[in-house]
Amino acid sequence: MGKTTYRDALRQALSDSMTTDPNVVLIGEEVGRYGGAYGVTKSLIDEFGPERVIDTPISEPSIVGAAVGAAMSGLRPVAELMYVDFIGMTMDQLANQAAKIRYMFGGQIGVPMILRTQGGTGRSAGAQHSQSLEAYVMHTPGLRLAMPATVSDAYHLLRQSLAQPDPVVFIEHKALYATSGELDDQTPVAPWGKAHVPRQGDDLVIVTYSRQLHYAILAADKLAKDGIEATIIDLRTLNPLDIDTIRTHVERCGHAMVVSEGVMTAGVAAELAARISEECFDFLENPVIRIAGEDIPISVSPLLETNSVPTPELIADAARMMRS
Amino acid sequence: METQTNSRLAELYPMMRRIRTFEERVGELFVRGQSAGSMLHLSIGEEAAAVGVGAAMRDGDTFTTHHRGHGVFLARGADPRLMMAEIAGKETGYCSGKGGSMHIADMKLGHLGANAIVGGGIPSVVGAGLAARHKRSDSVSVAFFGDGATGQGVLYESMNMAALWRLPVLFVCINNQYGMGTRIDNATADPDLYKRAIPFGLKGAAVDGSDVEAVAEIAGEMIGDARAGKPGFLVVDCYRFYGHARMDKSPYRDDAEESEGRLRDPVIKARETLISRGEIDGSSLDEMDQNIAAEMDATIDFAADAREPQLDSIFDDVYDPSTPPPESVRGRLARILGQSQ
Ligand SMILES: Cc1ncc(C[n+]2csc(CCOP(=O)(O)OP(=O)(O)O)c2C)c(N)n1
Ligand SMILES: [Mg+2]
Repeated sequence: MGKTTYRDALRQALSDSMTTDPNVVLIGEEVGRYGGAYGVTKSLIDEFGPERVIDTPISEPSIVGAAVGAAMSGLRPVAELMYVDFIGMTMDQLANQAAKIRYMFGGQIGVPMILRTQGGTGRSAGAQHSQSLEAYVMHTPGLRLAMPATVSDAYHLLRQSLAQPDPVVFIEHKALYATSGELDDQTPVAPWGKAHVPRQGDDLVIVTYSRQLHYAILAADKLAKDGIEATIIDLRTLNPLDIDTIRTHVERCGHAMVVSEGVMTAGVAAELAARISEECFDFLENPVIRIAGEDIPISVSPLLETNSVPTPELIADAARMMRS
Repeated sequence: METQTNSRLAELYPMMRRIRTFEERVGELFVRGQSAGSMLHLSIGEEAAAVGVGAAMRDGDTFTTHHRGHGVFLARGADPRLMMAEIAGKETGYCSGKGGSMHIADMKLGHLGANAIVGGGIPSVVGAGLAARHKRSDSVSVAFFGDGATGQGVLYESMNMAALWRLPVLFVCINNQYGMGTRIDNATADPDLYKRAIPFGLKGAAVDGSDVEAVAEIAGEMIGDARAGKPGFLVVDCYRFYGHARMDKSPYRDDAEESEGRLRDPVIKARETLISRGEIDGSSLDEMDQNIAAEMDATIDFAADAREPQLDSIFDDVYDPSTPPPESVRGRLARILGQSQ
C-alpha cells in the first residue's frame, strides 16, 4: 500500500472491515459528519451512510451499552470513546456487562464488539484528557486489550481485533495519529496475540507498547553508542499477553525493563514486572525495572506534562544504571 | 435612586465587553505560541449567559462550569491576568499551570471548578447545596454547562436529587445549539430543553441569550427561588459564534446559518440599546471599549512573561501538603539500583 499515517491506516482498516462485513457499524460522538475528533472516521459516513456510521449524543455509558446489545444481536459494533479518560463513565457497561456476559450466561453468547479510544499525553490537554488507563481494562477478565504503536499495527491490529469473538478495547495514542510509515496491508508483523521484536540485542530487554515503543527505540539508539545492545519487544496486545516471547528474550539477556506511559502503581508495568519476575527468576541478574508514568495526574503545562511520563532519556539512563 | 446612566444594562455591558475582548485575546495568545495546547473553547456569543446569571449571584454563592467557562469566571470576578497565565500553563496562573483553560478554579471566588468532562461538574452543586443547607448558610450553587451535557444521565440524577431535597441549586444550560459538530436537533428529538426539568419538579425556563437584561431578570428570580429551597433549570439560548475549539473551522455549519447566528450578538445588542435609549453615547462606549482592550492586551504580556512552573512542583498537590509526595520514578531507580543521579 505504501506510505501512510497511523490515522489513515486506522481509517483504512475500518473501511476494509465495513466493506467485507456488512454487520460492522460505527457508533460514537462525532464519528459521522465531523469525521471523529482525531479524524479517524473521516468521510466513512459518505462511504457507508448514517445507518452504519452513527453519530450519538454525548452519552458514553449508553454508547458502550448499545454496542453491547448490538453485538449480542448479530452486529459487530465499533464504538468510539473520544478519550480513554471517559472510560470510567462507561465502566459498568464495559466491566459488568460486556466483559461478563459470556461467562455469567454460561457461554451462550459472546460480545464481539470493539471499543476504540485514544489516550496518552502530548497535546497539553490536561488532567482529564491525557491519561493512559489501559490498566483498568487489563484488570478486567473478559476484555481483550490491543494498543497499536505503528502504522502497520494501526491497520492490522484493528483488522485482527475485528475478527475476535470477545470484546476488545482498542487504545490508540493521540501523539501517534500523524506519524507515518510503510503499510503492507497483506502482511501483519505478527498474528493476533503475538508480540513483535523490532530490535534484538544481548544486553537487556525492553518490554513496551504504544508510543513508548518509539521512545524505547530512541533510547536503544543512544545506548548502542555506549555499547549497550537492547532487545525491544512491542507487545501489541496486553490481553492476550505474549509471555512466551518475553520469556525467550529475558532468559537470553538476563536484564529486563518494562516501559509504560500509564502510572507506575498497580499499572500495566507492575503486572508485566511481576510476570517476568515469576517466570524468569532464575535468569535475572537485576530486579525487573519499571519505567512508567509518575504517580500523579497530568498537568496542562507542557514542561510538567512531558516530565510526567517516561522520556527516551529516562529509559536510556535506567538502562545504563542497570548495566553499569 | 437610580439615574439613567446607572441602569442595569449600563452596569452589565462592561463585563460582557470584557469577556468578549478577553476571549479574543485568548486566540491571540494561541497564535503567539504562548497557550498551553489548543484545547481552547471560546465563549464568544455567550456573554449574556455569563453576565446575566453571574450578576444575579452573590458573594458566597458557588458555581461549577464546563470547558467553555472563561466568561462565567470573569463575570464572577476573576482576574483576567491570572486566567491568562493559567491558560498559558504558567506558575502564576490560578492553578499553578496544572489546570489550564479547561480546569480553572478559584475557591475564594466560589469557583468549584471548570470541567473537561461533559457533565462532570453538575453533581457538585448538589453537594454544595447539601452543605449550604447543613451549615444554614443562604448560599446558592449554580452549575453552568452546555446543551451537550443534556445527553448525560448525571444531569437528570442531579436534577432529581435537587428537587427531591429542595436544594438551593440552579442548573444553567448554555444552549449554543452545538456540541462539537452536532447541532442540538441531531442530539435530541425534543430540543425544548427546559421542559426536561418539569417532570422532576423543578422550575424550568428558557431565555433569549442575546438579551442580557432578560437573562439577569429571570436568573434573579430563579436564584431567589433557589435560595428559598426551590431549585430550577434555566436554559439560555444563544449561538456558538466560532468553532468548537481553536482548530475547528466548523465545516459542518453553513455560512447562512453562521451569519444569522452571529446576529444574535448580546454585546452589540446591549451597546445599541444603550445608545438608542440615550443612556450612554457611542463615543463614551468607544472609550470604555478601548480601556477594556488595553486591560486585556496587558493580560497577554502578563502571561507571556509569567514564570514557568518549577519542575519539582510536579509532585505537589497530589495529596495534602502535610503528607509526603509520591516518590519519583528516578528517585526509586536510584534507590533500587544503588546509584544517585
Ligand atoms: C464526557 C465527555 N464526553 C465527550 C467529551 C468531548 N467533548 C468536549 S466538549 C464536547 C461538546 C460539548 O458540547 P456542549 O455541552 O454543548 O458545550 P459547548 O462546547 O457547546 O460549550 C464534547 C463532545 C468530553 N469532554 N467529555
Ligand atoms: Mg453547546
